[in-house]
Amino acid sequence: MKVHEYQAKQLLREFGVPVPRGDVADTPARAREVATRLGGRVVVKAQVHAGGRGKAGGIKLADTPADAERAAGEILGMRLRTPQTPPEGILVRAVWVEEASAIDRELYLSITLDRTRSAHVVMGSRAGGMDIEEVAARTPEAILREWAHPALGLGDFQARRLAFGLGLAGDAFKQAVALLRSLFALYLARDCSLVEINPLVVTTDGRVLALDAKLNFDDNALFRHPAIAALRDVHEEDPLDVEASRYGLNYIKLDGDVGCMVNGAGLAMATMDIVKLAGGEPANFLDVGGGASPEQIENAFRILSSDARVKAVFINVFGGILRVDRLAEGVIAAVRTLGLTLPVVLRAEGTNVELGKKMLAESGLPLVMADDMGDGARKAVALARGERP
Amino acid sequence: MSILVDRSTRVVVQGITGREGAFHAARCREYGTTVVGGVTPGKGGTTHDGFAVWNTVAEAVQAEGATCSLIFVPPAAAADAIMESAAAGVPLIICITEGIPVGDMVRAKHFLASTTSRLIGPNCPGAITPGQAKIGIMPGHIHRPGPVGVVSRSGTLTYEVVGQLTARSLGQSSCVGIGGDPVNGTSFVDVLRLFNEDPETAAIMLIGEIGGSAEEDAAAYVAAHVRKPVVAFICGQTAPPGRRMGHAGAIIAGGKGTAAEKMKALEAAGATLVRSPADMGATVAKVMGR
Repeated sequence: MKVHEYQAKQLLREFGVPVPRGDVADTPARAREVATRLGGRVVVKAQVHAGGRGKAGGIKLADTPADAERAAGEILGMRLRTPQTPPEGILVRAVWVEEASAIDRELYLSITLDRTRSAHVVMGSRAGGMDIEEVAARTPEAILREWAHPALGLGDFQARRLAFGLGLAGDAFKQAVALLRSLFALYLARDCSLVEINPLVVTTDGRVLALDAKLNFDDNALFRHPAIAALRDVHEEDPLDVEASRYGLNYIKLDGDVGCMVNGAGLAMATMDIVKLAGGEPANFLDVGGGASPEQIENAFRILSSDARVKAVFINVFGGILRVDRLAEGVIAAVRTLGLTLPVVLRAEGTNVELGKKMLAESGLPLVMADDMGDGARKAVALARGERP
Repeated sequence: MSILVDRSTRVVVQGITGREGAFHAARCREYGTTVVGGVTPGKGGTTHDGFAVWNTVAEAVQAEGATCSLIFVPPAAAADAIMESAAAGVPLIICITEGIPVGDMVRAKHFLASTTSRLIGPNCPGAITPGQAKIGIMPGHIHRPGPVGVVSRSGTLTYEVVGQLTARSLGQSSCVGIGGDPVNGTSFVDVLRLFNEDPETAAIMLIGEIGGSAEEDAAAYVAAHVRKPVVAFICGQTAPPGRRMGHAGAIIAGGKGTAAEKMKALEAAGATLVRSPADMGATVAKVMGR
């Protein structure tokens, strides 16, 4: 799960990581109030879940509270388009107004999981403010790495090594070591999947501050962090994705016209692949999971078919935990309740498959049965084109 | 011969009184697996569906000589269940649970390193040696004993390939699901090594997916050590970058972990790549000269 910069900065503050003074505003008038309270020059920053805001016009400097109000007026309500947003952009609903910092140096810090070592890794670079993937590709040696001990965490000696490596000395060095300790504590305590401070700055008056902050959280750990889960901004997500997550379904909307309903993530990806190989385009990724109830199946069907682009549905199920009879129960209920007219191709194997097929055959629904997944994909693609399979 | 599990394996099911735990313990027993009982803390001394229930894994090891634990414990407590089995000296731990926090698995994996236990999973279908033992949630009836070793990061896609193999009268030596999480126990390389050394395994089917670099590691091992035919399929060829495709581990991040890169690495290592998931069984048959 992602959160906004202003939410991330409030969490950083809670853990003792220094951030510029600031506050969030959802109207130009509030932005002016915040700017007045802060005094002096401020930065007005669009709050959307995407990077590259500066170049897209989502970050503006303001010298006076009146300027801040004007800047907020320009940013709020705009559809911000950056390389990280969907082509139509994201509507800006809030701005973060903070004191402008006089920057001496820009650095980079992040913490994430290193899958190859099964350990958390803290990364630092002197090239702050830049696209770190580019830095890593061009000059991998410019990235410092310290792997935290799985049980003991980040050692102070490691924090010092990073801070020295970033070229810091004196008081800035001490501040950076303390900041690293706090940042790692936040990462662990809140089950983050990514903490990225880009840039971390040293100001001209010698303060070390997190000027920007990106926090992502492990979805699987949100159950023990209700306060973090409450920070979710559903406006930033596709409405169908949000709806699906309410029912515990793994759904990702794509651009094609063949709706896919599959059990298991691997088979769901493979089904998308085979639809494409059959000359079609998958409309979605949908994993109904192993223990899906008939209610979940019904909801999955409703979500899938509420995507107006979907012209045919391909159900591809190989039952393990999932029982085909329960799938059938859900499909029948969904088609009846929703009065669906979309063509549906069904390929099912696994536990209680005969019972499931019998239920579907006796339901009187216009289902096209497929022998295997290749056959199913071809039939679904043909039906989506309005051809007879 | 086979790898990891066989008719001598004695299984204790952690979380046996839960809905899925009870259902699958019974299915494993029906298949012929020796399920000695289960563990649910607080329900020790009772029986559930004819299975003895203990409070701790250590008691199951002491009473019945359990050699394998099969875990259905909910995500919040699953990493702890893994560590309990390892602490009790269970040699093989198979964790089915999906949705364990990554931070918990980092700690559990570190704990495991100080023991002699092997973990398979989490978020996996388990392991099966057809005709001998089914320890997991896979539908047993689709499998046949035979010469093909199957290793996969995905669950249902493994059933898919097994179904295709069996339909061609190509049986399986063993099938192992290593799971779809970013931090897991047994890797592709571990299983490839076991299949490579197993005289009953004549060919290996590997099913990978986008995200991470486990397939690239597998490719390096295949190139250096494996002299048996390897067929590989990588799912997620059409997945968009930056989106988690169901499995916590299946995400293309920073342009890394794409299906194309993995396919290239495996092909260069001498594996036979399958483009369409419908052709997995046929390709294995072809490389085996069937």
